[in-house]
Amino acid sequence: MAEPLNRLFDWILSWFGGAVPLNHPIGYVLAALVYVSLVLGLIASSSLLFIWLERKVAGRIQDRLGPTRVGGKFGWLQTLADGLKLLTKEDLVPGDADQMMFRIAPYVSFCASLAGFIAIPFAGRDFPFVAQHLNVGVFFVLAVMGLEVFGVILAGYGSASKWSLFGAMREAAQVVSYEVPLGLCVVIPVMLAGSMDLVVIGDKQQGWFTNWYLLHDPFTFLVFWVYFTCATASVNRAPFDLAEAESELVAGFHTEYSGLRWSFFFMAEYGSMLAVSLLASILFLGGWNGPIPIGDLLGLGGNDIAVLGYIGNLIGLVNVLVKAILLVIVMMWVRWTLPRLRIDQVMTTCLKYCTPIAAAMFVGAALWHVAMPDRVFLGLLQAPAANRMVTEKPLVEPELATPPAEEALIAKNETNHSQEGQP
Amino acid sequence: MIWSSFLFLLCSLLAGGFAIAVVLSNNIVRMAFYLVLSLSATAGLFFLAGADFVGAMQLMIYVGGTLVLLVFGVMLTAQTPFLAMRTSSGELLTALVVGGVLLFVLAFTVTNVPAWQPTNTPAVERNTPVVTAAPIGMALEGYRVDQLDQPDAELRQGMSGYLFPFLIVSVHLLVVLVGAAYLARARQAANDDVTNFPSEVRG
Repeated sequence: MAEPLNRLFDWILSWFGGAVPLNHPIGYVLAALVYVSLVLGLIASSSLLFIWLERKVAGRIQDRLGPTRVGGKFGWLQTLADGLKLLTKEDLVPGDADQMMFRIAPYVSFCASLAGFIAIPFAGRDFPFVAQHLNVGVFFVLAVMGLEVFGVILAGYGSASKWSLFGAMREAAQVVSYEVPLGLCVVIPVMLAGSMDLVVIGDKQQGWFTNWYLLHDPFTFLVFWVYFTCATASVNRAPFDLAEAESELVAGFHTEYSGLRWSFFFMAEYGSMLAVSLLASILFLGGWNGPIPIGDLLGLGGNDIAVLGYIGNLIGLVNVLVKAILLVIVMMWVRWTLPRLRIDQVMTTCLKYCTPIAAAMFVGAALWHVAMPDRVFLGLLQAPAANRMVTEKPLVEPELATPPAEEALIAKNETNHSQEGQP
Repeated sequence: MIWSSFLFLLCSLLAGGFAIAVVLSNNIVRMAFYLVLSLSATAGLFFLAGADFVGAMQLMIYVGGTLVLLVFGVMLTAQTPFLAMRTSSGELLTALVVGGVLLFVLAFTVTNVPAWQPTNTPAVERNTPVVTAAPIGMALEGYRVDQLDQPDAELRQGMSGYLFPFLIVSVHLLVVLVGAAYLARARQAANDDVTNFPSEVRG
């Protein structure tokens, strides 16, 4: 992204008689700023949406209207009113608290949630919409999101309150133990795609919805639900909400927090919900490939013409966001439907059920992958685009021999040829 | 390459600064927190060097796993004398000597490797993802794909992968796991006694 930006900047500046050489730091700084503001904007606006949505979903499920007082139709101003209320609350710090830990804990949680979005792609193909295209994307996202537990522990310890400490311990125990089956579930799409690169994983599911890894074989179909359960638990949503636990702990690790610091924990929770849902939709639900390959049928799939490819990517962006938001709504639906689990039930679910099921499904999916030719299960509807080769880099880059830019050019040419070769 | 130098400087300053903070702090939970920041900054250095896999590994194992366990252990076991730690001057001296010798050896090695001398060739462009996971995996299997062009046959033999250290680490981990299971099992039996025969357990 830096190079086009430098060109653009160069072009703009040339109007004023100046010039910025290619690969100048300004382009990189601008590109980084654009990425960061896009990701921040996504999280902020999704929090706005989800807070309102949570109340509406809760209202519908409990047979009431939900927020109606502010904002006329559908109570759409509710989030802003909430935000204003939180902003004007007093910022309390308990007298005996470890001041530094108490103040810093919400930021640790929020940063961990935010940083996961760096490596999550929103559209694929040759020019993916991703801030940092990592070769080990899945692994990075899981690693970074696991850091959120640290904010929880710090908050619990820093509050100098026994309830907070208990809440933090329980919450941390839950989050840490659910990382194990979550990781096991994530390994299965990684194994099927043969890559930890999220862009490659999404692109491998091109074509009709039958190509989604959810429908790849019976094992992946089951493991998706295990993944979703574990993801719900690892972002502390009900029925796994040991933090809230009104009957025992009263708000758990954030008992002592008020105002804006509390809302940072809240935003971290909603950010993580969106992140795991995005991950679920990329790993199992085809990511940016819709149920019907509209983009491919309209000829927007390839990147032969840059603008068409860009429009195709925009469709992909809408696809992946719609899927993720639907999954978030399912999480809310579950929260307002099921009763809360006790700590021993939470641990039993993780250790006795989720982990063994995920492990068995892993073996099953591996055997299926070896025994069956690709896409036997429900593989009746094959779009022409499904057979298109996904451009993948060779296992070992001969980067010592050829500079990367040249290599990318060669790879691009090869892609174009292979596209031309197919009807 | 100003920005990469700047980021390198920032990450290394953070790593070094928080490492010093770990040593200077007395509160054991704060020590753990500074250690988290220091190790995260080290992960940042790995990312900056293009070693995505190692960086993510650093975050996953050290920051996410080991340190959470450490803090858990501290919180569950720490009694008042251990919560605030005081270092005696003898310990300080020993630490200074050991750290100084290690620093000297590392600095000596780094400045003497010909391949690491500063040159004017630009760093690898980051437009395409750097493949790090696959070569590491193959090297663990005993096949160094990055050393194929080594002309010296004798050197090439020595670079034939990490299979042996990998095996040693695996056996070590197995021993640790067996030990942990044994300890946990003993504790479990005692707990069962408490639950089954509460009146007979004394002390």
